[in-house]
Amino acid sequence: MRAQLKLVETSTPESIVAEDPAAVASGAAAKRSLLRFLTCGSVDDGKSTLLGRLLYETGAVFDDQLQTLERDSVRFGTTGDDMDYALLVDGLSAEREQGITIDVAYRYFSTAKRAFIAADTPGHEQYTRNMATGASTADVAIILVDARKGVLPQTRRHSYIVSMLGVRRVIVAVNKIDLVDYDESVFHRIEQEYRKLAGALEFLECHFVPVSARFGDNVVAVSDKTPWYGRAPLLALLENIEAAPQSDDAFRFPVQWVNRPHLDFRGFSGTIASGSIGVGDRIIALPRGRSSRVVRILGPSGDLDVATSGQSITLTLADEIDISRGDVIVAASAPTAPQRHVVARLLAMNEAQLAPGRNYVVRIGANLASARLVALHHQVDVHDYSEQPAAALPMNGIGLATLRFETDVVATSYRACQTLGALLLIDPHSNETVGLGIVEDDVGKAVDPTQMWTTRLATGLAEFGVLPADAGQSELAWLAASALVTTLIVLALSGSLAVSVMVGLADFVVRPVLRVLFRSTWAAASRRRAAVRETELTTDGGGI
Amino acid sequence: MGRLTHLQALEAESIFVLREVAATCEKPVLLYSIGKDSAVLLHLAMKAFAPGKPPFPLLHVDTGWKFREMIAFRDLTAKRLGLDLIVHVNEEGVKAGVNPITSGSAVHTDVMKTQGLKQALDKYGFDAAFGGARRDEEKSRAKERIFSLRTPDHRWDPKAQRPEPWRTFNTRKRKGESFRVFPLSNWTEADVWDYIALENIPVVPLYFAKRRPVVERNGALIMRDDDRLPLLPGETPQMRMVRFRTLGCFPLTGAVESTAATLPEIIAEMRASRSSERQGRVIDHDGSSSMELKKQEGYF
Repeated sequence: MRAQLKLVETSTPESIVAEDPAAVASGAAAKRSLLRFLTCGSVDDGKSTLLGRLLYETGAVFDDQLQTLERDSVRFGTTGDDMDYALLVDGLSAEREQGITIDVAYRYFSTAKRAFIAADTPGHEQYTRNMATGASTADVAIILVDARKGVLPQTRRHSYIVSMLGVRRVIVAVNKIDLVDYDESVFHRIEQEYRKLAGALEFLECHFVPVSARFGDNVVAVSDKTPWYGRAPLLALLENIEAAPQSDDAFRFPVQWVNRPHLDFRGFSGTIASGSIGVGDRIIALPRGRSSRVVRILGPSGDLDVATSGQSITLTLADEIDISRGDVIVAASAPTAPQRHVVARLLAMNEAQLAPGRNYVVRIGANLASARLVALHHQVDVHDYSEQPAAALPMNGIGLATLRFETDVVATSYRACQTLGALLLIDPHSNETVGLGIVEDDVGKAVDPTQMWTTRLATGLAEFGVLPADAGQSELAWLAASALVTTLIVLALSGSLAVSVMVGLADFVVRPVLRVLFRSTWAAASRRRAAVRETELTTDGGGI
Repeated sequence: MGRLTHLQALEAESIFVLREVAATCEKPVLLYSIGKDSAVLLHLAMKAFAPGKPPFPLLHVDTGWKFREMIAFRDLTAKRLGLDLIVHVNEEGVKAGVNPITSGSAVHTDVMKTQGLKQALDKYGFDAAFGGARRDEEKSRAKERIFSLRTPDHRWDPKAQRPEPWRTFNTRKRKGESFRVFPLSNWTEADVWDYIALENIPVVPLYFAKRRPVVERNGALIMRDDDRLPLLPGETPQMRMVRFRTLGCFPLTGAVESTAATLPEIIAEMRASRSSERQGRVIDHDGSSSMELKKQEGYF
């Protein structure tokens, strides 16, 4: 085992492992850019092994960690006598025992050119939500394909999720190329197959590289076993791939915190979500729409003239206007209309499924707002990308839905601005994060007209409180059935068809109306009771 | 983020996290452990709330066995920045005579650090505590969230962590629950030193090489910071040129032989080094899952 390690170490290019101390001292390290990527692939495709290999060969693994790895390879390893690089990244004991990755793990390494944050995400379908979490912050995705197995249903699923979360550049690593004898035709067949599936997605760039994570071929250095490949190895691809932000150029600034240390200073702190801002620029604060002018921009190291996307800053304005956390400051030249309805692609992340009629606390930017899921238009089959009707989204399910907010919210499409197009759905009772959402391009568009009229009727009635919110269509069916039974009873008793139909119809109409009347009377009474209690408490000292 | 350097991107992210807590939690506190990560965290907190002061105090859970230079640096730093500093010692542990020498590192760490921290959080009713932990330090930390929810009895359940997509945090919690928040999650040891050099952040002098009195024990160089460290038969402290990569309780922290006495020298030495910074920590070596267990019990 030792001998093999030494061999790998000496074959590693010097330039990657040891950086020139003089360059470090002169601040070269401080000028590196940052690339966030995720690795995804099916079970046993060797994701963790590939990442372990990258860490090892870039010098991000230390000797004492290697000693632990040697011990663990003997105990848990799945690679016979060789080092199991996957054990460098599978951190939780449950994962080591089962030999799989469950949670997202973040790993760090760097070269002279770039610093990398890698999200190692699980391949199993029941951990799709964790994969989506890893993809949410990634600039690039490495999608692993086993050379022996080719493009699998899982490859299609991972590619869909990666694309949905806005990753526009992918590197397809055809792994275990050693196990197909470094065969060029296998590689090209997989490349063609993948390009076909990628046609349905929104990638800007697809790169393909044949690798062996276990033996290190084309990971850091070009392998002499794949002379037909002739392109850059994986690490060089990662060093040079573009990591442009996904947003447009309009200035958007979600107000995160109001900084008011003393009476003479009132600043609005946050991180610029898109675009840039300069001193003197005119702005509008949404949703209320009051306008003003930027007086100062405080950056992390003092005053700035201009600040741009990604910077955490504090703005002061010329006018004393009322702005609080959750508001969004935008350029006066490009205002966004606040809205009540948002159409979003949702991913269910919890055992509690996402269903029409349910209420959620939704986080957009720094804003928390109550919303109701009013319609689920379809669920997406992530294997063939087809759309199927669905009553609810189970955990890891993806579908298109309309949310109706109780107040005006500022949202944009995810494509225009990731920060203001990203939603978090929180259960108002358990506080669990139950889903995430990606705001679609047709923001503000009302409920999909193609859906069944019964759903629309049920949703409409539910909005007025005539039907309980959770029930929808089934409640409607129950009303119809009970009215029918009433009709039949009256028919049997009276023998008159006309009378029984009239009574049945009356039952169908009157019952929901009575429900509304009863509910509102009851609610008014409880409000009065609550008001009385509050007065008592206040006079009592409020129990504090 | 594409146009920022990686240190600027990390800085912006950390400031965002610090402000997020100030805006959503009722009574946050910054766990100040005096080391280099705490120094960076504190520096970022000063930036996040400028021109004002951070709207939370510092808390140091003192075990009574920290290096004297650490304590002096701690008090000086709080004074220099004009911040409130709370020092908490687990008096029950002191009364029971718990110490790192006769009680062993596991018991000492549990009683004086883990229990001490819980006591302090409960005593003052803090609902969010910032820590300087980084994901690159240790494997089980690689999967920890930035906002890590703890039960009312401070336990961490690695299997029931909330998903944390983007930087859109779910900051809701029930009464009694609290957050441990790690603004430096995405920083590496190298980033911390590069940033300290770039921003000229003061750190404890123990990080710089100097001739210090040490004894060699179980392969570690232990500094005899005061005479509470009993000498074993045949041991005599030797003056050696050493420095520390991490700082903790002096009988549990191994020094490394080094001549790096300036920041550029430290950075160059770290880049050439082949061992991880936690190697000097006696408490991590009980087994590869030991940190995960300690964390479940409430260790930071």
